[in-house]
Amino acid sequence: MKFFVSILLVALLGFAAPLYLPWWSFAITTFIVLFFLRQTPGKSFLAGFLGLFFLWGINAFWLDMANNHLLSQKVAVILPLGGSAILLIILTAFIGGLVSGFAGLAAGYVGERSRT
Amino acid sequence: MRIIPFFIAAIISVALIVVLDTPLPVNGSHTPRLGYFLSPQTGFWQNAEADDMNFNENLSMTGLQGNANVYFDDRMVPHVYAENEHDAIFLQGYLHAKFRLWQMDFQSYAAGGRLSEIMGDSSSGTNFLKIDRFFRRLGMVDGAEQSLAALEANPVTKAYADAYTEGVNQYISTLKDKDIPFEYKLLNYKPEKWTNMKSVLFMKYMAFDLAGFEQDFEMTNAKSIFSKTEMAALYPYGQDSLDPIIPKCTKFGAPAFSMKPPADADSIYFNYYKNAATTDSIIKPDKSNGSNNWAVSGSKTQSGRPILCNDPHLGLNLPSLWYEMQITTPQFSAYGATFPGAPSVVIGFNDSCAWGFTNAMRDVRDYYEIKFKDSTKQEYWYDSAWQKTTFRDEVIHIKGKPDRTEHIAETVWGPVMYDNNFPDILHSGKSYACHWQAQDGSNEIKTFRALDYANNYDDYLNALKDYECPGQNMIFACKRGDIAIKQNGKFPAKWRGQGDFLMPGENDTFAWRGFIPDSANIVMHNPPRGFVSSANQYPYDTSYPYYLGGNYPEFRGYLINRYLSSMQNITATDMEKLQTNNYNVFQEMARPFLLKYLDQSALSANEIKYLEIYTQWNLQNDAKEKGPTIEKLWWDSLMTTVYSDEFAQSSLPLPWPEKSTLLDGLLRDTLNYIFLDNINTAQKETLQEDITIAYKKIIPVLEKAENENNLVWGKFKKSGIRHLLRIPVLSRLNLFSSGGETEINALKEFHGPSWRMVVELTDSTQAYGIYPGGQSGNPGSKYYDNFINDWVEGNYYPLLFLKEETIKNLPGLKGKMVFKKA
Repeated sequence: MKFFVSILLVALLGFAAPLYLPWWSFAITTFIVLFFLRQTPGKSFLAGFLGLFFLWGINAFWLDMANNHLLSQKVAVILPLGGSAILLIILTAFIGGLVSGFAGLAAGYVGERSRT
Repeated sequence: MRIIPFFIAAIISVALIVVLDTPLPVNGSHTPRLGYFLSPQTGFWQNAEADDMNFNENLSMTGLQGNANVYFDDRMVPHVYAENEHDAIFLQGYLHAKFRLWQMDFQSYAAGGRLSEIMGDSSSGTNFLKIDRFFRRLGMVDGAEQSLAALEANPVTKAYADAYTEGVNQYISTLKDKDIPFEYKLLNYKPEKWTNMKSVLFMKYMAFDLAGFEQDFEMTNAKSIFSKTEMAALYPYGQDSLDPIIPKCTKFGAPAFSMKPPADADSIYFNYYKNAATTDSIIKPDKSNGSNNWAVSGSKTQSGRPILCNDPHLGLNLPSLWYEMQITTPQFSAYGATFPGAPSVVIGFNDSCAWGFTNAMRDVRDYYEIKFKDSTKQEYWYDSAWQKTTFRDEVIHIKGKPDRTEHIAETVWGPVMYDNNFPDILHSGKSYACHWQAQDGSNEIKTFRALDYANNYDDYLNALKDYECPGQNMIFACKRGDIAIKQNGKFPAKWRGQGDFLMPGENDTFAWRGFIPDSANIVMHNPPRGFVSSANQYPYDTSYPYYLGGNYPEFRGYLINRYLSSMQNITATDMEKLQTNNYNVFQEMARPFLLKYLDQSALSANEIKYLEIYTQWNLQNDAKEKGPTIEKLWWDSLMTTVYSDEFAQSSLPLPWPEKSTLLDGLLRDTLNYIFLDNINTAQKETLQEDITIAYKKIIPVLEKAENENNLVWGKFKKSGIRHLLRIPVLSRLNLFSSGGETEINALKEFHGPSWRMVVELTDSTQAYGIYPGGQSGNPGSKYYDNFINDWVEGNYYPLLFLKEETIKNLPGLKGKMVFKKA
């Protein structure tokens, strides 16, 4: 339960923060969410990763559908991803997830007791 | 807390963010900031415009003086209805920015020699710093400052340009970061505020494109290896099949100045075939920046009313140079093609008349040699004394590097463009000042504005009066029945041959003798033949009392006049067919000659096969024909066979002769044409040998094209519309298209009809047009390139020139923007 709530909060705040702050501000909100919703480092990483992966993935997918893949297919040639819109959406989601995941992981280690 | 793993995770997070927030070098250019670029909330995904996007908006603005409405028709052409000129032009600026901001901004950077600011000193193999230095040293910025002064000295045009600039800035000020155009995100920079100077710089760029062509260095090199006779044969003045804009045998008055060359011209200037010292890239406008325009009077049309047509041939880019719109106020109402970056409707029509332009092609850019006293360049020799040089320092900002200051020496002739800091293409080691018409201030926007308001022939003449540069063939027709054309502009009065080569600059002996008086810019008004036309051919025959140095293609003009002479009961549809006509009149003249002298007995079966395709070809440069491919290759090959031996005498750049020059020469001199013999062989080559060798040489190319299924002209030609950044996926390449260099439908590889317009001046104007692009500059919009397929097919759209009562209820509107004064 805690895990799912944290994914949801990561996504929610990860959407809200960049409306006012730089694109990477979701890393800070992810850290805060997983600092308070204390979980193992592994789960913290995963919650951070999945929250942003779904947020960015769904957001990009949504915009891409409405656009009939017009722009994504062009960008997927420039980057280059062989012109595949799906790959570009996955890359987008993965990049967001990765940054958020490591922020989550850092928060996870804050909460964990040091082993002796 | 586990300190070490925490720090490791935290450092990885921060490092990821830093890397994803930094442009990374890849293959000589840079990636965007990937995190920012990929973020669906800030990056390129925000530019993915929804397919069903509507453009309805209600806005209130302090910059407006009244209220206004804008309706977007089914092709996204805005129809602006404003209460006064200020608001109309304010909204033109606003709409240009809304749909074309990156393009207009980028073009003004290019014109002002500022590309290094956004691209770095070089990127993907292009040396942007060299391009910037070139434009600075040419005097573009200086010239634009002069033009800005001229524009702002006139209260009417100042208010006009101010309104435009306010409108652009109104849009920029409300632009959210996530909504900036795609290319800014890709290149990682931000829009800057618009200024009147940026509009003027754009106009100067057009002047460069249209009146910046010269080949004085190449010609100077040519006279060092060719005799006077050879020069006259390679670079003739006038043409054999000459059909000038103002018909032959027109009587001209005496020149206003003595047009006698200087006494010492023969010894120091026309010094052919004596001697000058690797080929270098050089920035040149496309010399076929041409165009067609014509107007037929009511006596030749079915409706009994004039029809005016225009299709300017320019480099074809995405986003397009043109943006279509209607602008209506109680004082004027105009429709047509506008320049994103400048106010007014440029080529179009209003309730009473229609107008258009083709390029005049006159050479208005020359060079004078400067002798400096020493390497400090503080003084130069002029009028038997050392004169003080002034300097103009232009600072070029370079992305990621320190600024570079271009220290440009200024002389009586103009800026010293080439010297040891910026060598000329001949590597002469000398200094040359560039004297160019566009370095002077001029106010073209005044003319465009006046044409938008014109009601009749007198208004047209008045609108043209103060126009200076780039010189244009300005065509006109009105509902009262007048048709007219005038080659209009401020042209230097030159003696024959002046400015073909580099000139001595020690005194004013070689200076332009003044400017051709406007009375000698002949107007053709309602001629008995019932039409006026131009297609960049010579404006007059060579009895014109001033030298017409320049570059004038002859075939389109000749063919247009031939068709128009014979046509009667003309309709707008006939005119569309003429604009997209692909008949190859060059080959009508060349083919019988080639076939007559080709030694067919020397040909293999395969060679005969292609020859039969060529022989049976219908002379139409249609996309599906194979003949044009053979024609083009054969003639190019013949040019190489005939001229390359003579041209190999210099390793430096030479002007390659025109294809018409060889044709005229061969038709006139046949077996005795002076360049037939290969000067590197002992035997004497004949016409028959040259033509046969030239033909045999192209067979491997034809076979390769056939094997790759590229033999048909539409595939061989590889026409395309390129994105301004030359990114292939943002371009539309390999269009299966007809036409070609010498055809009326002058579509070459990346160059051709940039706006086709046909206007029939019936009581309610019937107009048709199309351009290769789309109304949106956003590669993520379906309106980015949606006209291109129809344009390739030669289709036209009806241009809806409507009153607000009518457009309100028009079905298929894409949106309505309501603007209120705040």
